[in-house]
Amino acid sequence: MSEAVHEHSPLTQFEVYPLLPLKFGAWDVSFTNASLWMMIVVAAITLLMFQGVRRRQLVPNRWQSTSEMLLEFVSGIVRENAGHAAMQYFPLIFTIFMFVLFCNVLGMIPLSFTVTSHIIVTFAMAAIIFLGVTLIGFIKHGTHFLSLFLPAGTPWWMMPLMIVIEMVSYMARPVSLSIRLAANMLAGHLLLKIVAGFVMIGLLGIFPFAFLLIFTGFEIFIACLQAYIFTLLTCIYLNDALNLH
Amino acid sequence: MEPVTNTTATILLGKYIGAGLATFGMLGAAIGVGIIFAAALQSIARNPAKEGSIKGFALLGMALAEFMGLLAFVVAILVLYVVKQ
Repeated sequence: MSEAVHEHSPLTQFEVYPLLPLKFGAWDVSFTNASLWMMIVVAAITLLMFQGVRRRQLVPNRWQSTSEMLLEFVSGIVRENAGHAAMQYFPLIFTIFMFVLFCNVLGMIPLSFTVTSHIIVTFAMAAIIFLGVTLIGFIKHGTHFLSLFLPAGTPWWMMPLMIVIEMVSYMARPVSLSIRLAANMLAGHLLLKIVAGFVMIGLLGIFPFAFLLIFTGFEIFIACLQAYIFTLLTCIYLNDALNLH
Repeated sequence: MEPVTNTTATILLGKYIGAGLATFGMLGAAIGVGIIFAAALQSIARNPAKEGSIKGFALLGMALAEFMGLLAFVVAILVLYVVKQ
């Protein structure tokens, strides 16, 4: 960010700074706070899943129950929206869901860092999904995959226009997928920080404080919802590639 | 009247006015999300058995409508912090 961000700006919470400066040739590959929080997220997911399968029981304990619930939830999304054939891509989709969910939810901890509030992180994920889904479509259907850009039953005089519209909407997928997640996280955290600034005005600050309390709960809901929507849209794109509309 | 010059204050003024105008884009998203949830509630009231699938569609529609409002927010952020000069 530019010099406009001074010390008490609500944007300082998104600042990326190197914890361990590293250089690899001409590239700056420093270990930043974003890398640290990504590692924390991955460690938390690993802990949850390993604890879940460590002592498997017919009557599950809390760890096993939580991980089974998450697994069932995501496999339900995949089966409902992309069909049974898509279950071979379930590990990828579950990984994406868990990563986004934990990034969003761990970002709600005060003084933590929200990895998914950076468009570069979400865009990397969205670009991988976009390229992967396009590749799957071409491998599965060959050039017939291009029929995705022309809905069946289009009148002939609409064809040039429809192809352009469908192409643009297809190309916009990674952009919309990444900006939706990043902007949601950014907007929510900014709002919380700005309202938190109003709490210090004195006795009347109890009203912004109450709003802040309610909105923190709402923000946790948004964090889970955005992970769900990211996964849902991934499944819908996968369904397009596997079943061609 | 003095001609408008390209001073820092003028540019800052323009940035703030632009960012403020960009927030009007959220109006459309607000109307859209309102319509989606109103329709979803109506259809759940008419057919409570279909609540699960209606909820999924409502959340998906909300995400798609909300994205347009978030684009306005992104434009505001770009105007404020990224645009130089």
